[in-house]
Parts: sequence; C-alpha cells; structure tokens
Amino acid sequence: MDNKIPPASMRVLGKTVTLSRRGFLKGSGLTALGIGALSTGTLMTPARDALAANFTHLGADVGKTLLVLARDIFPHDKISDRYYMLAIEPYDARCATDAALRTLITEGIAQLDRLARSRYDKPYAEVPTEAERVALLYTIEHGAFFQKVKGDLVTGFYNNKAVWPFFGEEGSAWEKGGYVNRGFDDIDWLANA
Amino acid sequence: MDKKFALDDNSVVVIIGSGAGGGTLADELTRQGVDVVILEAGKHHTQEDFENDEWAMFSKISWLDKRISAGGWHHTQTYPNLPAWIVKGVGGSTMHWSGLALRFTPHEFRIRSTYGEIAGANLLDWPVSYAELEPYYERAERKMGVAGTQASGLPPMPPSNHTKVIEAGARKLGYKEIVRPVASNTQPYDGRPACQQIGFCMQGCKVGAKWSTLYSEIPRAMKTGHAELRPQSMVLRIEHDKRGRATGVLYADKDGRQHLQKARVVCVAGNSIESPRLLLNSASSLFPDGLANSSGQVGKNYMNHTTAAALTINKGPVYMYRGFDIATVISDEVHNRPDRGFVGGYHLEGLALHLPFTAAFMKPGGWGREVTSALEQYDHMSSVWVCGEDLPQEENSITLHPTERDQHGLPIPIVTKTDHTNDAAMRRHGLAQWRKLSEAIGATRVIDMPPYPASHNMGTNRMSAKPRDGVLNKWGQTHDVKNLFVSDGSQFTSSGAANPTLTIVALAIRQAEYIAGAMKRREL
Repeated sequence: MDNKIPPASMRVLGKTVTLSRRGFLKGSGLTALGIGALSTGTLMTPARDALAANFTHLGADVGKTLLVLARDIFPHDKISDRYYMLAIEPYDARCATDAALRTLITEGIAQLDRLARSRYDKPYAEVPTEAERVALLYTIEHGAFFQKVKGDLVTGFYNNKAVWPFFGEEGSAWEKGGYVNRGFDDIDWLANA
Repeated sequence: MDKKFALDDNSVVVIIGSGAGGGTLADELTRQGVDVVILEAGKHHTQEDFENDEWAMFSKISWLDKRISAGGWHHTQTYPNLPAWIVKGVGGSTMHWSGLALRFTPHEFRIRSTYGEIAGANLLDWPVSYAELEPYYERAERKMGVAGTQASGLPPMPPSNHTKVIEAGARKLGYKEIVRPVASNTQPYDGRPACQQIGFCMQGCKVGAKWSTLYSEIPRAMKTGHAELRPQSMVLRIEHDKRGRATGVLYADKDGRQHLQKARVVCVAGNSIESPRLLLNSASSLFPDGLANSSGQVGKNYMNHTTAAALTINKGPVYMYRGFDIATVISDEVHNRPDRGFVGGYHLEGLALHLPFTAAFMKPGGWGREVTSALEQYDHMSSVWVCGEDLPQEENSITLHPTERDQHGLPIPIVTKTDHTNDAAMRRHGLAQWRKLSEAIGATRVIDMPPYPASHNMGTNRMSAKPRDGVLNKWGQTHDVKNLFVSDGSQFTSSGAANPTLTIVALAIRQAEYIAGAMKRREL
C-alpha cells in the first residue's frame, strides 16, 4: 500500500525533572546528579543551609532536620532537595500562627534529636546513613509528629505538579484534547510478554 | 424554563437528592407531566468547574461533612472521618462515578434462596426479580448511552494500553468473560460529545461524554417546565400528618434559613448514609424509632461491596491514566461457586489512578523505600479494583451520634462496618487471581492495597416482600408511609457484585412509572 504509515512505537516519557538554573545554584543540582544518594551530612551542608534559611520562624536547624526527615520518609534519590523543601516550607509560616502545630513540630524534632544523640552522638540531621536514621524513625513512626509530617508529605510532595514528570505522570489532559490522538492505545511490548 | 413552585404547593413531588436516583426520577416524572421540586444539599457545579486534578476535585465536590467510621474495618484507622467517598452537589455521585454500568446477575436478586442461611448474615431475596428489571436495565442503558450495548447502539469503548495489558493477562489465565460496558459516549449521543480519552473520569467529565444527571437528566427535567431545582438545600426532616402521611419536608437553605416545602409525595435519594439518617432524624411521637421504621431495618444492613485493590508493576510502560478510567472488567468470577470458599462473586475491574491518589491509597501509613521504589515505577503500573458482593449484616449500620451535631444541629452519622468471614475470603481470592494474572504477563511486583473509601453504599433502607423484614416494597415505597419513597441505592436488598449506578437508574425509571400511574389513579 502506498503511504502506509508503519505503527508508531509507544510514546514513552523520559522520567526527568527539569532544573532551573536557580535551583541548580541553590544546590539541588548536586542531588540531581546523584550525589544526594550518598546522603552524607557534610557534603550536603552548604546547599541545605541555603534552602533551610527560609525557615525564619522555626530556624534553619529545624528546616534542615525536616528536610532530612522528609527525604527519609519518601526517599527518591533523583529528586532534588528543593522539591522536598516545597512540601515542608509551609510549616514555617503556619507555626507562626498555630501554637499547637509549633509545639508538635519543635517537640517532635527535639525528641528525634535526643534519640539520635543517645544512639549516635549526633543530632538526627547529621547521622550519616539513611539506614541509621530510618532505624530511629521506626521508634517514632506511630507518634503524632511523624504521622503529621508523613501525612502532609503525601499531598505536599506527591501532589506537586513539578515532580510529576519524574514519575511519568502527565497531569491535566483535557486542554490537550485528551489522549484520543496522543497514544492511549500504543502499547508495543505486549507481544513479548 | 425557570419554573418556581410555592412552599405551600402541596401538589408537588419533592425529590431529595439529584444523583443517579433523584436525577433520573426527576427526568422520568417530568416527562410524564408530574411537577417536582428537587432539593439538593450541595452546590450547583458546572463542567467549567471541573479540573483534571484529583485532590482539587476531591476537595471541591466530595461530601466532607463529618462522619465517623466505626466497627472492625481498617477505615477506623486509615479514614476515621471519611467512611465513604461520595459527592455533595447537583448530579450527586454521578459526577464522580467511574462510568461502569454493570447489571446484577439473576442470582444476586435471590441471595437467601441461592446461598441458604449464613451465620452472621441477614440475607433476604429482593421482592423484584431480574426478569422484572430486565426491560428497565435496557432502558437505563439506552438513557445513559452505555457503550457496547444493544440498547444504546453505541460501539464499544476502544481499548487503551491499560485495557490491553490487563486483558492479555486475563486471557493467559483462561478468563473469557471480559467486558467493558461503560456509560461514556463512543460517538456523539443524546446531545453530548464523544469521549476524548482524557482520563480523570472520576473528577467529573470535562466534556460531558460520561453520563451524569448534572448535565443530562437535570437540565432535561428543567426544560419541561415541570421541575424546580433548589441547590444548597439540606433537608432536616420529613413532616407527616396525624394519619401518618408525609406532608412536606423541612430544609435549610445556604444561609441556614429554614423552609417547609409541602408535598404530595416525598422521594428520598440522598445516598445510603444520608437517606436512613434523614428517616431516623424524622422520628416523631407517631414514629418513635424513625420514619417508616416499624421493621427496625432503617439504617441496618449497610453494604459497600467487598473491595480490595492492587497495583502491578509491569515489565514495560503502560501509562494507565491515558484514556477512559475503566480499562476492562473480568466477570468470570461473578458466578456463585461456593467451592472457592465463599458465596457470591466479584468482578476484577481495571481502574486507573493518577499519581497523587496512587501515593495516597497504595499503602496508607506506609513510608520508606518500600513505598518509593514502587511509586518510581508509576508509569509501568496497572491497577485493579476488586468489586465483590458484600453480605448484609444487621450490625453494619448507619446510626446517629448520641451527642455530636453537625452545622444544622443534627446528630452526625456513625458508619459501622465489619467484614463477614465471607468478605475476607472473597477479597483474598480476588487479590490472588489478580496476582496470577499479572505474573502471567511477566509483572515483577504486585502490591496489594487495602480498600479505599467506598463510593458504593447500599442496603440501609432495603426492599422486602414482608414489611417486617425491610423498609420498602418492590416499588421503593415505604411499607409504613404510603406517599414516601426511597429512590437510591439504599433500596438494595443485596449488594450484588455490580457497581450500583445502572441498577439505581433502572429502579428509578421503574419507580417513576409507578408513581406517575398511582398519582393519575389518585392512589397517591
């Protein structure tokens, strides 16, 4: 047949999050390059200090600890710190007006640091390996502080449209005419399944 | 046509709720020239308000007034104030429904006769048979535009990636009854456009291809000049006279002002939590246990289907969200085969979730690399929802909180649900079959999910042949109050394994015929 177009291969997305230059300068580029996977406190300190500086009410130390905690709760090595920071930053403003929340957050972090110091002689954010930090989290995972932070991350982190490309989630589709002409039925690997 | 009826006009039929039951009833009654006033608790959204955004729409249209989960189910921990995921708004849960329009199987109308007596369960046959309902199923399929049915004449929904991956596994397992009767237009139909494979069907169909009373039945009823719609009108109680006939309903408008709308007939279609709650809240000296509750069955036998869900990580990408939300339905397991270790049956329904809901529902309470390593494979996922028959049990119920009140001063509802051992066995079987299906096409990981808050709520004002066994007769008319009807899924005597909407619509078409006829004959 003339002009017969062979079946197109499946429209597959590269799972990357585009970084702005600003994001890179703030240090998130380091984690995007995979260095964050090492997750050593010392290596990350300058970048995290820059991000945590936005915690004007709770203080940069609290901000940094929340950031490490958020990464330990939902660790995605290829997603940079700043997307986690977007999920936890709202606590700073909310704690300025919500005393109960402020107590929950500050006492929760104080308890976590106490546990870390008694086991590892360091505050939580400086315990070097994820495995060691996660071991501490198992002892607090049913408490109100952990539950609050984890619960808020489910929406604060995963409902951030900026991280969706990393997972292959394309978001709103109606304004693009849906998928009727954009490959809703182009799966091409099933014959080999 | 903006018809207005006076509050003291006692010739109207008052319909409480505008979803699958109430919206359909309004359309069918007004076609026959009956005047109706539709009181809807929620706002009047339009398609302009719909967003392709799971959490934004959840916040915008869900029924979020406080409810309490009680009993043995995991919702007491995971969703303590959200026992059910349903809608508050014009169109009701037909905004949110997946569009899956399955019929009951014949035996599901005769569960007491088919299954016998089962300890701990409160089984009863419907006073309606499949044969009696069949012509109304056909009319419902035509009305809603169910794709792939003879009744609508619409071609089947074209298969998506998600459809293909699940059906390949199903065929390898030897499954043969693979169907997809979805009420979304595969070509323009009934003044609505064809499906654009947008996905986000449960967030409200942006183009109106998926059937909803919001833009189908309600506007059609309004055009007849026989209907008035009053959104943001929460009904507080149903009033009656000394003879025990319903005379009208007391409701609060959006500003909290109370009004009494007189009525010739009252039809309750507020879904299976609010409908029995309203009857219980309408208790009086004549009806001390709640209106129409001489059987004691109002609020009892709450069913929300035996459900489970699972996510499969396939060896290649799927993008399950591209296209209509219901991928496919495997019905081979819907038959009653007690040799599997349970009575009744279930459907395996391929149902797409976007990333935000996948993250929320996959493992509530979960965290760490067990969760994130799975989510990183979101693009490779397929997803199933097991929808199985849920046996009626009297203690599964809607009751009124002894002290806690809502914004209108009414006791808030407590939703109590505990699995029957039959439910647990069925759930295990369904998840095991899905796992086999997934592994048959080389899946590397299958993650079982706990049931998420159900959108299917049934049974709390059930039909019964004898007044002592239930609340309603075969027409959905209360045994105790002649001019009081229930028009939603709370009528169901059994849950079946089918998503309830099609059956609610079929019953509403049939009920409208009965009410219009009885009014003409001056029996009502």
